Amino acid sequence: MDKLICKCGHENPPGTVLCESCGRPLNEQEQNMKLADMRYEGTARRSQTYNKSIIDKIWNFFSSVKVGVGIIIVLLIAAALGTILPQKQYVPATTDAAIEAYYTDIYGSVGTVYHALGFHDLYNSFWFIGLVGMLAISLIIASLDRFVPLYKSLKNQRVLRHSSFMRKQRILAEGPGDADTLKKAEEKLTDLKYKVSTDKNGLLAEKGRFSRWGPYVNHIGLIIFLFGVMLRMMPGFYVDETLWIREGETRAIPDAPGYVLESKGFTLETYTGEGEEEKFGEAIDRVGTVAKNYQTDVVLYKIPEGALPGDTADMEMVEEHAIRVNQPFKFDGYALYQMDFQQDELKTMSFALQNKETGESRGDLTIDLVNPETNYELEDGSVVELLGYYPDFSGFENGEPQTATPLPKNPGFLVKMTTPDTPDGETSFITIQNTVEPLGDNDYKLAFQGVETRDASGLTVRKDRTLPILGLGGLIFMIGVAQGMYFNHRRFWIQQQEDGSILLAGHTNKNWFGLKKDLDQVTDHASLPAYRDQQEDMEAQEKREGEQLT
Amino acid sequence: MSTEKKRNKKKNRTIMRSVILLLLVAAIGYTIYNSVTADEVEVLRVGDAAPDFTLTDLDGETHKLSDYKGQGVFLNFWGTWCEPCIKEMPAMASQYDVYEDQGVQILAVNIAQSNFEVETFARQYGLDFPIVIDRDKSVMTAYNIRPLPTTMLVNPQGEIQRIVTGEMTEQDIAGFMEEIKPE
Repeated sequence: MDKLICKCGHENPPGTVLCESCGRPLNEQEQNMKLADMRYEGTARRSQTYNKSIIDKIWNFFSSVKVGVGIIIVLLIAAALGTILPQKQYVPATTDAAIEAYYTDIYGSVGTVYHALGFHDLYNSFWFIGLVGMLAISLIIASLDRFVPLYKSLKNQRVLRHSSFMRKQRILAEGPGDADTLKKAEEKLTDLKYKVSTDKNGLLAEKGRFSRWGPYVNHIGLIIFLFGVMLRMMPGFYVDETLWIREGETRAIPDAPGYVLESKGFTLETYTGEGEEEKFGEAIDRVGTVAKNYQTDVVLYKIPEGALPGDTADMEMVEEHAIRVNQPFKFDGYALYQMDFQQDELKTMSFALQNKETGESRGDLTIDLVNPETNYELEDGSVVELLGYYPDFSGFENGEPQTATPLPKNPGFLVKMTTPDTPDGETSFITIQNTVEPLGDNDYKLAFQGVETRDASGLTVRKDRTLPILGLGGLIFMIGVAQGMYFNHRRFWIQQQEDGSILLAGHTNKNWFGLKKDLDQVTDHASLPAYRDQQEDMEAQEKREGEQLT
Repeated sequence: MSTEKKRNKKKNRTIMRSVILLLLVAAIGYTIYNSVTADEVEVLRVGDAAPDFTLTDLDGETHKLSDYKGQGVFLNFWGTWCEPCIKEMPAMASQYDVYEDQGVQILAVNIAQSNFEVETFARQYGLDFPIVIDRDKSVMTAYNIRPLPTTMLVNPQGEIQRIVTGEMTEQDIAGFMEEIKPE
């Protein structure tokens, strides 16, 4: 493509609509328009002008606003589809295979396809991230392609424009003027905080040019925001883990290397409805109980620098803390939130060793379900020996008792009971509802006496190093929006012809009402010819024509 | 403007555009790579140095991973509630007899169960390799173990040679031990 040479002699880059220097329309289409297209000052968007190598083609693709909007629409549709079936974290399955099977079992072939396409974990599926990345590319390239020529053209504005340019502006005034008209207009415009430059017989008054950069500033904000989101996927920037911890347990905090947490206890308080809490009485009557506080009391330990995982001997206590809902425990960039609880899990079980016939007791024993002992010595040399312990008994397999989980939900015990009456010992398999005597009838039994329970706390471990970046992105975005929305770029061109007549044109990127108010003041002060709004004239004419037709 | 200048400008533009595009594509590629691999093992990948730890076995003896440098270590995470873990234990025991003398060590890391349960289990299955208990799950956390059983094969240089999730047959176990056997 060749350079476009204007009648004024200025060389314009190919694709230019309005001459960069004098503003004459450069193509036929533009010449036939009643009003000039001022969106990018009539400059050539760089991407539209060259279309040679593959790099240029890719560049041009992303430079298109249509493509950008298209990507946004595809993302919206994908996000909408992602809400049709539950996301994988809300599915009752943990392993990848189980999750896949779940979608097929529950939702049939739709579920299979849904899973195969990655909709079950939408925000982590490669194509979704790819699309967001393409949106980022589109934002960057489209902005660069528009910002650079616009910046150049506004920086190198000429004061004197060709009359054809001026006559195509929406605000136009033509008429006789006095000798001091230009001077007075300059006075008033300066008064109104316009930057005025003059050249020979003309002046250019300009105000609020920075408002034109608003869209680019907010794109920078968006890109910083997307960068922050991208960082979340990098190890070390973002942690969102669940930690279940039971009263008395000590656990390493997931994804917080070197930190260990001990739970001292979980508390659930409810409102009593009495005394000061009387105002809750009505609600309590209606719904039964109203929770007042969910709290886990914890102790945080740190493994000293250089110590290895598993080496808990030299752990140092950092802090005791009460974690309440909405009052997380914060340390070293991490936050622990009270999220969930489980009450009354079994902790110990007590039994009495009883003679089945006489009911006579040989004493009580308490089995710690978390850390059981082997031998329990009772009165008169009676002993209960624990042979096997199955915390969550789930049945027998090849004659062996099995446990489904490590938690004492349904404890089963294989015990050997020895008393002075039964010196050889008797074997019994005990579960909560049932006692089996595998080696024949016994004289003695373990009679259930009671349980102690404990509570479990579900904590969320969170760390987010990207928040300042996301905040910065959001702030810059808002600055850009305000810049573009609340400020306007207003310009007036005034020229005094040789015969003394005045030609005036005005342009703003938004808020024409404000521009006209400014111009009213200048017209008054400098007795300029009356102006007209060419667009309103055109609209009025179209309306008239329309009425005539009907 | 001369044609040479023009050509230069064009060349510069192409280079500029290529660089910008390349940077953006690299950033997106890296993000996708991270999100795809994050699901499996977040921190550890094959080829990484195996995080050192120290745990105590049933006899009260301390086992430190780095003490086994120069040997292959078959690091098996398990629990008595995990069926496939139980099934592969006897096979591990019999392969341990073969490979112990060739410089392959088994460390079976139990996840936070009681001494009683682990001892009873070891006696019942006649396991003679060291079984250590990760009481506060700190080693499990350091290795980011999700499903059980997971086996980390650590080579004599102390690097992770292979990560196996799920049940192994005796043949698998023999093959893996061969992989991490010192030369």
